[in-house]
This record gives sequence, C-alpha cells and structure tokens, in this order.
Amino acid sequence: MPINLKPTDVVIVGMGAAGGVAALPLAQAGVKVIGLEAGTWLTTRDFAPDELRNNYRAWPHSVQKANREVPTHRPNASAPYSPRPAFHPMMNGVGGTTLHYWAQSWRLSPWDFKVVSETTRRYGASRIPAGSTVEDWPFGIEEIERYYDIVEHELGVSGKAGNIDGKIDRRGNIFEAARRREYPMPPLRWTDWHEKMAAAARKLGWNPFPGPAAINSRSYDSRPGCAYHGFCARGGCHVNAKGSTAVTTIPKAQKTGNLDIVTEAHVTQVNIDGNGRVTGVTYLKGTEEYFQPASVVLLGMYTYENVRTLLLSKSKAFPNGLANNRGQVGRHYMTHATGGGVQALFTENLNNWYGLPAQGVAVDEFAADNFDHSSVDFIGGGNLFVYSDRRPIGAASMNTFGKAPQWGSAWKAFVKQNADRWHGAYMQKTTLPYEDNYLDLDPTVKDPLGFPVCRITADFKDNERKAATYAADKMEQWYRAAGATDIVRNPLGTMGPSTHAYGGTRMGDNPASNVVNRWGITHEVPNLGILGASVMGTSGSHNPTLTVQALAWRTAEYLVKNWAVVSR
Amino acid sequence: MIHSTVSRRELLKRLGMAGAVTLGLPGFDRVLAFQRDLVRAGAAPAGVLAAPEAATLAALCSRIIPSDENGPGAAEAQASVYIDRSLGGWLAPSRDAYAAGLAEVDAAARARGGKRFVDLAPAEQDAVLAAIEDTPFFGMLRTHTIQGTFCDPVYGGNAGFVGWDLVGYPGVRLNVTVADQRMGAPVKPVRRSAYDYAMFAAGAH
Repeated sequence: MPINLKPTDVVIVGMGAAGGVAALPLAQAGVKVIGLEAGTWLTTRDFAPDELRNNYRAWPHSVQKANREVPTHRPNASAPYSPRPAFHPMMNGVGGTTLHYWAQSWRLSPWDFKVVSETTRRYGASRIPAGSTVEDWPFGIEEIERYYDIVEHELGVSGKAGNIDGKIDRRGNIFEAARRREYPMPPLRWTDWHEKMAAAARKLGWNPFPGPAAINSRSYDSRPGCAYHGFCARGGCHVNAKGSTAVTTIPKAQKTGNLDIVTEAHVTQVNIDGNGRVTGVTYLKGTEEYFQPASVVLLGMYTYENVRTLLLSKSKAFPNGLANNRGQVGRHYMTHATGGGVQALFTENLNNWYGLPAQGVAVDEFAADNFDHSSVDFIGGGNLFVYSDRRPIGAASMNTFGKAPQWGSAWKAFVKQNADRWHGAYMQKTTLPYEDNYLDLDPTVKDPLGFPVCRITADFKDNERKAATYAADKMEQWYRAAGATDIVRNPLGTMGPSTHAYGGTRMGDNPASNVVNRWGITHEVPNLGILGASVMGTSGSHNPTLTVQALAWRTAEYLVKNWAVVSR
Repeated sequence: MIHSTVSRRELLKRLGMAGAVTLGLPGFDRVLAFQRDLVRAGAAPAGVLAAPEAATLAALCSRIIPSDENGPGAAEAQASVYIDRSLGGWLAPSRDAYAAGLAEVDAAARARGGKRFVDLAPAEQDAVLAAIEDTPFFGMLRTHTIQGTFCDPVYGGNAGFVGWDLVGYPGVRLNVTVADQRMGAPVKPVRRSAYDYAMFAAGAH
C-alpha cells in the first residue's frame, strides 16, 4: 500500500496560475491546504537573461513532468497525426506558467459570457455556427467582476480603466464591462514605437490603449517595478516585478501557516470511495508512492492534465473516468486562434530591443461583439496588440518579406539593415467549441509510467477562419497607417498543443453538457473541484489567465462559505 | 474504501522502468546535456566533431553568414565552435544528422570540383549550398549558425559580440531606462554575457 499521509482539508493539484491563487483565500480562512506541485521552486539563477536557453532550449531546465506528457494532435478523427512537439507548451514549477508567461491580464468581454443569447438577440439564432456546442456561461461578467477586482489587486495588475461604473475613459478600453475601480497600478510605459502605433490607430478612428499586465509598473506590494530588460517572454523575472503566483498569492498563503507545498509530486490518480466521493489523491515522489487524504480535492493543472487525470481515474462508480458518467470530460475543447499573424516592415529602426511583450498598444474595436456583425458572415473577432519584444537570435531569424535570400551576403545585408525594423502583431481571435473538437486519451502514446497521454482532436472551423482573416485585414490596415512598407501574413495553422487551451471540464448549470457547476465543483462528485481554463466555455479574444484566476478565487471562496456542506 | 485502479507494485514497477525510459527521452537527455553545457561554459571548448568535419562545418557557416563589407560573420563569431560544442550537449540528438550532412556536402563538393568543400572557391561553395538549401540539413544548419552567431557568448558563439553588433543589439542590461527605449537615439552597447552579472553567475545559487 502507498504511504498514507495525515488527512488535510483540501489538496490542490498544481501550484500554478490557478491553484496558486485558490490556495490563498482557503488558507486565509483557516482551511488546511496541501499544494502538490510536479515541478520545483526556481531561483534567481533560473531567471538569467539568456535568449538561447529561454526561447530555444525549453527553459526551465528543472523537473518538467509536462514534457513527458506532451499531447498528441490530429485535426479530425480520420486525419493523420500532426508532428508531436518535443516539449509541452506549459511548464512545471511553483508558480507554474505564470513564471514565464507574458502576464497580459485581461478581463473577458461581456459578450464572451453570453454568446448564444446575445448573438440570437442581435442577429438571430441562425448565426450560431453549425456544429458548435457553445452555451451561455451560467452567469454574466457582472458575477465575476468582484473576483477580477480581487485578483488584480492581489497579483498587482498595471493598466488603465476604460469604464469605471459606466463612466467611459478613452485612455482605457472603452469596450470593457464596468469595473468598480481603477487598476491598482498605472499601465506599463509607452515608448516612441508605441506612440507611433497609437497615433496610427487614432488616425483610423480607433481607440488605442495600453494592455493590462500582471507586472508592476511601479513598486507594489513590496516588489519593485519592471526593469524592461527584454527577457520576459518565456523567462522568469529577476526582480520579481512579474506577479507570478510564486511571488504573490503563494507566499501570502504560506505565511498563514495553512499551506504546505510538496514539490516534485507527480499525481497519478484521484481516489474515490464507494459513495462516489473523492478521498484524496495518489502521487509519486522520488521512488515512493503516497496517498494524501483530503476532504476536498481541487484539480488545478493545465487543461490537458486536468482532463487526462480525470480520464485516468477510473473506478466502479466512474468506469469512463472521474466525473465523466455523462461523457462530457474532454468535450468543448478550444484553443485561441493566435496563428494567422501579421508581420510588418518599416523604414526606420523601432528600437524594440528592450521592453516586454505586455508593454504595448491594444485595439479592441474588432474583438468579441464590439462591432456590428450584421454585414459579416461570422461571429466574434479579435483583439489586436503590438508590443516591444526583440532579442538578437529572434531578430536575425526574421522574415525577409520576399526581399532577400535566406543566406549569404545579400541576406546578411538585409538583416543588418532590418533586424530592428520589423514587428509581428499578437492577435487573439474568438474560438467556439464544436461537437467534433475534443480531448481524450491517446490509444497508443504513453508517458514513461505507461499511462496514455492526452490526445487532441480539433481544428479551426469556418467561423474561426473568417474571424482570423477579418482581424488580419484590420491589423494590416493599422500597420500601413503607421508607415509599414511591406506586410507578410502567416497561415492560421491548426489546433495542436497551445498555451491557451480551453474546455474539457466546462462550467454550466446543465449536468448533461457540463462537467462542473457554476461554482467549479463537479456535478457528479460533490467534493471535487476543477480550476483552470478547462472550465471556460468560450475562449474570448483576450488572454485567459486573469479569468482563470478570478474563477479560482471564486471557487475557493465558495468552498470556504459552504465548507460544512462540501466537505461533510 | 479506497479504490485504486493500479496496484502499488505495478506503479513502482513502472516507476523503476520510468527511470530507464525517461533517460531515453530526448527532452530529458537534453536537460542533462544542458547542465553539462553550463559546467563546460568558460572551460576549454570541447567539441565532438572530427577535425575534417569541423573544418567543413566552419566553411559552411562562413558562407551562410559571410565575412564581407558588412563586417564580421559566422567565422569571427565562431558559430561552428558553438555548434560543435553543443553537439556534445543540448544538440547531441543532431550529431548523426551532422555527420551525414557534412559527409554529403563534401561528396557534393568532390563531384563538383574534385575537392573537399573547404578547398573550393567561395563561389563554388555557394553553388554547393544552393543545391541543398531546401534540405532539412540545411535548415538545421542555418538555424544553428544563426544561434551560434547571435547567442550569449557563454555558449562559445557570438565571439567578441560580433553578432550583436551586426544587428545592432545594444546588449544585456538588467535595468532599462526610458532613454534606452527611445527611437532614433542609439544606445551604447553593453558587452557582457548574462552570466557576467553576479546574480546569474555559475554557483550564485
């Protein structure tokens, strides 16, 4: 038998973006929490500004359980498999991917919560794409505004509000839902490059504004402001200005004495009793196997691992995987359509060598339902974002815009002149869930323990492709207005492993089509909750992390308020 | 009653196997190799290529990023030293592909001019390269030549910071000011490896 550990109130699997947030309200309320993390704590030396290591050699080089479990992908059930990436898009470590993410901390658009009802109201039910399984969220953005506000302040988000209690401010996002107060910090600074792009957007009649980021623009909560050193993308922060959960909510939770973290803990299954309640989790650490009993289990891994762990936890009560007696685990999978990028070439150096990807200019005119879709043949849209982020290997690997060969003196002359004259926009476009886009267990590919890895069967559909083309058209227009001489548009690609993976344990009131209820607790197992973007029923057209964190806080708060009922 | 679908004995058996299997995984291997790279960084360069292979590689890199009127290229940056050294570590999975690719390049050179690649005139070398520029080997070689020319010098490439100077990268700064991000106001280059800063130096943590 495994080594039986002392029972705890809550075990959270994964001390990352979601689990690292949920631990805080629980611990502050006196709930005893064990946080199991597959990775380790990282140190300052892990945060060296080293482009080769960070961006080309799969940083961090510590325990990376995820890399042994990279999902497989095929565009549809009869298509051949796509090449399997050597590395997982996410990372393990205390703080999880918040250690090296861009830290863009957006609230979703109000429409993202009400895609079905709002689309039907404005344009008719026929505008919901055929085959889509999209549902309204069980609540509107008003319900989680309070939690957005809490996590913005706990983690420290920089930005400029565009709508405080209905009062519109054009310096911020005029399309955002009403918020109760200003961001805790002003936005990250703008450079000449950002001002140039903002001026071009205004010329087009658009409303440019600084994107929100969980990065200190000045000292906040005993952590210093951003150093703008240029190694934020896939790199850790050497001054702790990035509000990863490893330097914000997790240490605060530890200070209460109610959070204990076990690192290098590889969870293999969630255990269940004869009454259909979870009893705890089994994990491997070193060469030992442990059973951690808990009154409540929260899965806070990444989308692929949340789904996979449920599907692997089979029992008499749940022969097809935990909380999956209605076959909904793995359904309604989405990734952001972040491919289909647009690159532009300018005639002067942009000085983008420093800064960070979250330091930039956003345009939200074409996201969600922020424009009238009567005359277009798709729903949703895309957020446009330009930013500062350039390092020498990436710069030299630039697209040559059809103006130079790929090597030799002519290539070298082109790169010498243009390495700092190009930019590639970041555009996140709406993706909807479809009946034939899903996650399950791969029938043949296994991890080193012999457990099947997650298999992705998914591709972008017509609606996603049309929204992507529309966003790319607008981006091209913006670049040209700013003086770009040449434009390259990249293909949208397909829906393989992504850093923005959604669904698989969708949240909703109807247990026939959703895995978790409106509080994040599974419909089928009363003391099992799920944290992460796997509960999100729509992708929106902005980064997921802040929404994931707001929902995690909300689930934890629900547990605290209903402890006797949930943990009985 | 706790329901367990896999017995502990079975799991431990798998875990025991996992050690062996895991070592065979390219990802894990490369992590170990990276640790070796770091230990090696700063010590005497230790490549894995035979001398003739290394010479062919250096000549190839020099045609991809030539030394010309636009300044030093891959030769001065010692991009081939970076590649050779990395083939003993992070790039070890590519060692065989390099052996085969370099041999093919020399064979093509002999077929073309009756000489090894290094002994051909630059224009002849370019013709050999042009004939293979759509192959996976060339794609890999180009990627690694760029890495070796523009990487942090701790890895053995970008010697004398010639790569960073070529593209105008002003270097690794730990704190960047408003002025450092201005357009049209060139910043004085900092010539330091990331690992020259005490907080990241080997053994700092």
